[in-house]
Formats: sequence, C-alpha cells, structure tokens
Amino acid sequence: MANNPLSMQVNMDDFLPATDEEKEYMVQMRPSSTFFRDGCRRLFKNKVAFVSMIVIILITLSSIFIPMFWPYSYKTQLGVQPGHPVDPSFNNLAPMEYSTTEQAAMERGESVFPHFFGTDDHGRDYFIRIVYGTRISLAVGFFASIIVLVVGMTLGSIAGFMGGRVDMVIMRIVDVIYSLPDMLMVILLASVMRETLGSALEGTVLQAIGSNIISLFIIFALLYWCSMARLIRGQILSLREQEYVLAAEATGAKAGWIIKTHLIPNCISVIIISTALQIPSAIFTESFLSFLGLGVNAPMPSLGSLASEALNGITSYSYRLVIPALVISLIVLSLNLFGDGLRDAFDPKLNQ
Amino acid sequence: MDTKTLTYILKRIVMAVFTLWAVITITFFVMHAVPGGPFTREKAISAEAQAALNAKYGLDKPLFEQYTTYLGDAIHGNFGPSIKQRGRMVTDVIADGMKTSAKIGIIALIIATFFGIVFGAIAALRRNTIFDRAIMVMTTAFVSMPSFIMGSLLLILFAIKLGWLPANGAAKHGLILPIITLSLYPMSYITRLTRSSMLDVLGQDYIRTAKAKGVSERNVIVHHALKNSLIPVITYFGPELAYIVTGSLVVEQIFAVPGIGRYFVNSITGRDYTLIMGTTIVLAALIVIMNLVSDIMYKIVDPRINLE
Repeated sequence: MANNPLSMQVNMDDFLPATDEEKEYMVQMRPSSTFFRDGCRRLFKNKVAFVSMIVIILITLSSIFIPMFWPYSYKTQLGVQPGHPVDPSFNNLAPMEYSTTEQAAMERGESVFPHFFGTDDHGRDYFIRIVYGTRISLAVGFFASIIVLVVGMTLGSIAGFMGGRVDMVIMRIVDVIYSLPDMLMVILLASVMRETLGSALEGTVLQAIGSNIISLFIIFALLYWCSMARLIRGQILSLREQEYVLAAEATGAKAGWIIKTHLIPNCISVIIISTALQIPSAIFTESFLSFLGLGVNAPMPSLGSLASEALNGITSYSYRLVIPALVISLIVLSLNLFGDGLRDAFDPKLNQ
Repeated sequence: MDTKTLTYILKRIVMAVFTLWAVITITFFVMHAVPGGPFTREKAISAEAQAALNAKYGLDKPLFEQYTTYLGDAIHGNFGPSIKQRGRMVTDVIADGMKTSAKIGIIALIIATFFGIVFGAIAALRRNTIFDRAIMVMTTAFVSMPSFIMGSLLLILFAIKLGWLPANGAAKHGLILPIITLSLYPMSYITRLTRSSMLDVLGQDYIRTAKAKGVSERNVIVHHALKNSLIPVITYFGPELAYIVTGSLVVEQIFAVPGIGRYFVNSITGRDYTLIMGTTIVLAALIVIMNLVSDIMYKIVDPRINLE
C-alpha cells in the first residue's frame, strides 16, 4: 500500500527490533581511545617524525652506553703512559690507523681495538670523544630545556593566576628581556661568568660539571624563560575563560576535577611541545658558545668545542670537523622534525 | 596616518630607547662584576702602577659615578680607550671593523632577501613539483645547521678540496665565502616564510577575482599575490639582521675576516673589557633599531594588523 507522503501516520516497521544484520552496522569500528593514545597513533603515522624519533633514540642510547664498554676514554692521551717516554706516534692518527706501539703489539699477536676516527693531536681516541661530546651536548640541551620549563612555568603561572600588578610587572620584565639581543647578552654573560663562577664553585659538587656549563644553565634560566612564561600565562588565561570550564562549573564540578580533566590535559601538550622544541635551540646555543671558546671546560668535549678545535688543523684533518658538524646537524634536524611531528600530533587545536 | 598608528610608533620608539638603556646598564654592571677589575690578569704590576691605571681609566671613582659617566659617553658614541690595544679608542676599533663587516652584512642581507623571496615564490607557484620538494629539502637542511658548521663545511669544500675560492677573508674574492655562509640561513628562512604566506594568499578570494577579471597570470602573481605575501617577510628583517650580526662573530673567525665580529671574539678571549662593552652596545643598538624599523614598516604596510 502506497503511503501518502504527507500522511502523519507512523510507519510501524521503523520500530521493529533490529536484526543481527542491522546490528552489524552499529558495531564500533575501533575502541574509543584516549587523547594520549590518539596522539601517539598520529605521531607514528607521520613517517618523518617517526624516523627522527628513532634517530634521536639511537643517538641518545649510543651516547650513554658506548662509553661504558669502550676501551678508550675521552681524556686519556694514549701516548702518555706513566713510566714510559711520551709516544708521539699516537698523535694525529688517521681513521683506522695504528700507532707504532700498537703495530708492534699486533705483530706479537695481541688484539688492538681500532681507532675508528683516528686520534686527535693529543693522542686521544677521536671516536669516543665524538660520542662523549654528543652526550654532553644532548645533556646540556635537555637540562637547559628543563630549567627553562621550570622557571617559565613558575613565573608564567604566577602571572596567570595572580593577575593584576604581579602579572603586569612580570610581563614588563618579559617584554624587556624579549627585546634584548639574546646572543650578544649570552656571550657577555658567559664571558663574565666563567671568571666569577670558577672560584665560587671550587670544592663543591658542581665543580665536576664545570663552571662553563653551570653558567650556561644560569644564562638559560635568566634569558630564555620568557617565551615559556608567556605561553603558560596565555594558556591559563584563555583556558579559564573556555565555555567547557564554565559548563563544568555550572554542572557542579569541583575545582580539582576541572584542573584534572580540563586544564592539565589542554595545557600539557603545548608545554611538552615547546619544551621539546627548546632542546635543539639549547644545543645550538651551546655549540655556538663552545665554538667561541665559551663552552664546556677542557678536556671535556662537546660537539661545538670539537668542531672549534678541529678548525686549527682543517687543511690536513678536515674529517675531524666534518664528523661533529654532521652529528650536530643530524641531532638538531631530527629534534626539530620530531618536535614538529609532536606538535602536529598532540596540539588538538591544529586538528580542527 | 591616524593617531592610533602614531601612538603605536611612539610607544615602540620609547620601548627601543628603554631597551638600549637596559643593554648599556646590564653591560656595565655585568662587566664590573668581574672580580678584581680588568687589570688582574696582567703580569705582576706594582700597587702604584695599578692605582695609576685605575685612576687613568676612572676605575677609582664610586661605581655609580663611573656608571653615569659611561652612560653619558656611550650616548655620545665614546666608549673610552681599548684596554688591550694601546692607544686606540674603542670607537675607532669598531669603526675600523665595521667597514668590512657592514659590507659583508649588507650584501648577505640583500642576497638572502632577494633569493629567499624568489625561491619561496617558485616553490609556492610550483607546489608539489620536484622544484618545490628540492627547495624545501635544501632549506630544511640549511635552517638546522649552525652558522659555524655551515662556514666550516663551505671552507673545506670550496677552499680546501676544490680550491676555487680563498680561505682567507683578507685575500682577493675572500669575502665571497663569508657572504654565502651568512646568507644561507636567512635565505632558507625567508624561502619558507614566503612559500607559506604565498600559498595562503593564492587561496584568497581576491586572487580568484583578479583571475576572473582576466588579469594576466604574471600580473596576478606580481601585483596581487607576491605583494601581499611579502608582509610576513618584513617582520623578519629584525631577526634576520640579528642573525647576521651574531653569525658574523663566528664566520669572521672561521675565514679570518678583519671585521667587528672577529675583534669582538678576540676581545672576549683577551679580556678587553671596554671593547667588549662597546661592541655589545653598538651591535645591540643595530639590532634594536632594525627591529623597530621592521615593526613600524609592518604596521604601515598592512593597516589590517590590529595593534593590541
């Protein structure tokens, strides 16, 4: 029977229980996922970011573990041994070359561990210096970013929560530091602090780290917290005004619940992303300062100071500059690409 | 120009002056935090000689008086005598170094801006072609390479392995490599900036309108698309100059260019405090002024920009 299209009569067929076949359509295609798992899925799907992540993990792990079992140390001058005259044949070995002493030992049938990248002009194994330098550069980058995060988060959230005069004072300070030419200030502070800190640190635990690295951390704490503080203040101010926070308040949610389910998840991804992007810039700054001779204290190597030392023998040993140069570029490039990937995957506002 | 723009410009100028004052003050007090003053590293000198030196450089006066004197002198462009280079004034050393540095810097700035815009526009117009891909890969690599690495690699490749160009900046054609080194990073940055803003502009309605009106492809690109997509590039002038200034510190060191950057680095290792202070202030002033100019230009070029 043809229904009159204008008829108000209800078609009873629409109200029959669903058949199994119909139920098939209603099956959830995939289980509902959390924000974090969703972000990870997007991150792993991004090939560039995934490869960069693998590269970073490989570099980090090898810089941590290789020095543990490597037969040479970054500061041992192989030619200098107590009770023996200095053996200059250890200095400036080409990659995979052996010194005369080692060749003699090999002829006697002993096995000698090869110098993959040769040795430097003090007879130190260059491969382990590169590995150790990578470790120092990564560590400086990581801890500098953590310091920036802590200082920026503290001041940013104080400004955001307190508002009023405190907010104004902090933000004016941010404005001034922001407009200072940062690199010049960094050089100025680094060149003075290595003078003043050296004696102040003597005898403390911090001496082992070296006055130059400490002064680098202080500089980061002083100058680079601004953008982080601005970001966090902005996040707090805008999140407090969001409709869903209002809605949660209206439905009677407690402050703790709002902070836990609304503020932190919305804030954390932005914070993690900008911290991740801070690491390559810190490594950049450290290598720049090391190159000017303001970086880590000798004999500790960093990638920047290795490149700077290699500049003296650049005509004969150019590979000594190319290797740290490639490692720095690889680290900075993959950290940047990974940071971009993180932003694409975890910043919910970009997905809309 | 309406009053709102004028107040904005005035506010920016006040801010820039304040920043410069902050730079001079920070520089002065940081330098005075060095224990023992600038002469402690000299070979053993008698107490009388020390006192005479301090009197000569005004170091025996109260700190605040020294500060006001320095501030007044700095405003007049007088940074006192260099401590390590006997008989030379800091201003003369800086002016001397500036001749070469300004030449490198300005040429690098022009090259970076010009080629950055050209490559960026090509990449945007030939989107997703092999040109675009190649340009993007190159620029991604260049922006993650610190300037000293770029400089060293170019030095190895062109001066040592190929021998096409001299490694010494003082030689004939010696400034070519430093200029290329300095311009690659800002060029890559401008390329990426131009590409993304050009893509943005090409999707706008007025481009479609212009095409529908029958404006030639070339005219659409030059007059409608390119002109509008250059607005973000203007804001980059300040950071670009800052990059070139700090980059020149290492680049001049690598290529042994007799410029202000090299004097600055040498004055750090040689602990020539008046020279460090003078150079920091001059370079900072340059960067602050450039930032001011690019901010004001940005506002004038694009009246849509909301100031607050």
